[in-house]
Amino acid sequence: MSIFFSKNSIAWYFILPVLAVHFMVVALPSLLSLALCLTDWNGFGKINYVGFENFYELFDDRYFKKAVWHNIIWTCLFLTVPIALALTCAYLLTGITKGQMLFRLCFFFPYMLASIISCQIWKYIFHPLYGLPAWLNSKGIDLIPAVSPFTMKETSLYAVAFVDGWHFWGFLVVIYITGMYQVDNSLYEAADIEGATKFQKFRFVTLPLIRPIFIFSIMIIIIWSIPTFDYVWILTQGGPAYSSEVLATNLYSQAFDRFNVGYSSAIGTLMFIYTIFIVSIFGVLRKLGWEI
Amino acid sequence: MIVAKYRKRELVSNYTILTILALTCILPIMLLFFNSIKPQEEFGINPFGFPITIRLANFVDAWIMGEYAQIFLNSSKLVIGTLILNLTVSGLAGFSLAKLYPRGSNAFLVYLLVGVSIPAQMFILPLFLMWKEFGLMNTHLGLIIIYAGLNAPFATFLIRSYMIQLPDELFDAAKIDGANTLQLFYRIALPISWPVFLTTGLVVGLAVWNEFLFALTFVHDDSKKPIATILFAFQSRFENNWGLVNASAVMMMAPIVILFMFFQRRFIAGLTSGASKG
Repeated sequence: MSIFFSKNSIAWYFILPVLAVHFMVVALPSLLSLALCLTDWNGFGKINYVGFENFYELFDDRYFKKAVWHNIIWTCLFLTVPIALALTCAYLLTGITKGQMLFRLCFFFPYMLASIISCQIWKYIFHPLYGLPAWLNSKGIDLIPAVSPFTMKETSLYAVAFVDGWHFWGFLVVIYITGMYQVDNSLYEAADIEGATKFQKFRFVTLPLIRPIFIFSIMIIIIWSIPTFDYVWILTQGGPAYSSEVLATNLYSQAFDRFNVGYSSAIGTLMFIYTIFIVSIFGVLRKLGWEI
Repeated sequence: MIVAKYRKRELVSNYTILTILALTCILPIMLLFFNSIKPQEEFGINPFGFPITIRLANFVDAWIMGEYAQIFLNSSKLVIGTLILNLTVSGLAGFSLAKLYPRGSNAFLVYLLVGVSIPAQMFILPLFLMWKEFGLMNTHLGLIIIYAGLNAPFATFLIRSYMIQLPDELFDAAKIDGANTLQLFYRIALPISWPVFLTTGLVVGLAVWNEFLFALTFVHDDSKKPIATILFAFQSRFENNWGLVNASAVMMMAPIVILFMFFQRRFIAGLTSGASKG
């Protein structure tokens, strides 16, 4: 009996509830997914083992390849534009004192908006009848045609990424500025004495010292770009003509429109393997002594 | 930190750039407010400005046509239910990890870390099939369990990192007075850790209020949907009735704006807490 009431067992009883909930919601279905990706199940009837058939099929699937390519574009976009903007912005913010908090709140607030609300705002701004392009046209400025970029094949992916980026980049500003305030002021004074320009100070003092946070931000952008779903689904549902299809929407329509359980599990498994691969790269780099 | 002594001209350009960027963040949200009190006829002539005539009845119309009394009750039920379940289980686990030093707890921390990096799409379909088996589809309880599970790693980590700083002597003294482990938790750890529970609660509550993917997948009855997915349906149903659509969005945003005004620092610290720990 005593083993059930030992200090160690009691400590584990405290952990058990959270483990139970998390296991049931995340771990168990993930394991099921790993098993189901090797079958051709469609949600009903018999489950047949088909080996890696689903994966061969995937690599031949035009729409899947398109979705992968769009996810790559998405990741590259988010690794450049929001990071550059946020770094500049955070650096400028550290140079001012008056109103700094107000600026920070302004930048951060969109991050707290629900995806559905950000989408609605920008859907209106780009609306073909009421939106900004139409309004400019009516004023005689014919720069942009009055069509919604969400409904054009050439622009839909970028338009969706823009909306998601608008919502997201303020988060980066806040984490960068937190990092910048941890930098020892004497380093800047030393740089001043050496006669460094502002850009040099940014490049050789700020950037190396916020490296842990900078690398962290790169990692979460890569990881968060893979399952991106809300914005695409709300704004375009992957269309028109698959021009904004990403992995998550591809999987979602395979799973819930066509009930291809095996096939969509295969996509999910690939997403999982990729994420774990990225996380372990950063883990290994940390082990190797990169301060990240 | 003073990066440099800025000359006046530089300061002006700094403020100009920052103001332009801040306006791109804030003006679209202001537009949402303007449009929520604009009569439908005015959208054609005044799509972006402050409304010429203010029509507050948009809110009443939206509230009645969208049956929002029920919808807001649904969302609130989800938030409160998730908070109760999530904070209870994560609080217990966070306390144990911080103060009871169980053997093998590192394995559990690694499990949670892997847990947060699994993309939702990986497990959403098997979860859907499981929930169907269990009869949890289309129920609020089903979604509450999902939300509690999804947010469990974050909440556990945050609570653990707070409780780890509490002095051990506090608990030793209580133990001498004959308190059992559960009493240590709710008599001592809980009352002095309220700040972390508040922060965690705000972040988890916000995530649940805004959540879209799981609400879309697991609740199909209009009368049971939370506000996020109802707005999604609303957008196509009342396609060009912008006054109503915007008024609905403002109503969804209102609780967040109010809470954000009171708890800015907590929200920001909570939402960015992953970054500072690296």
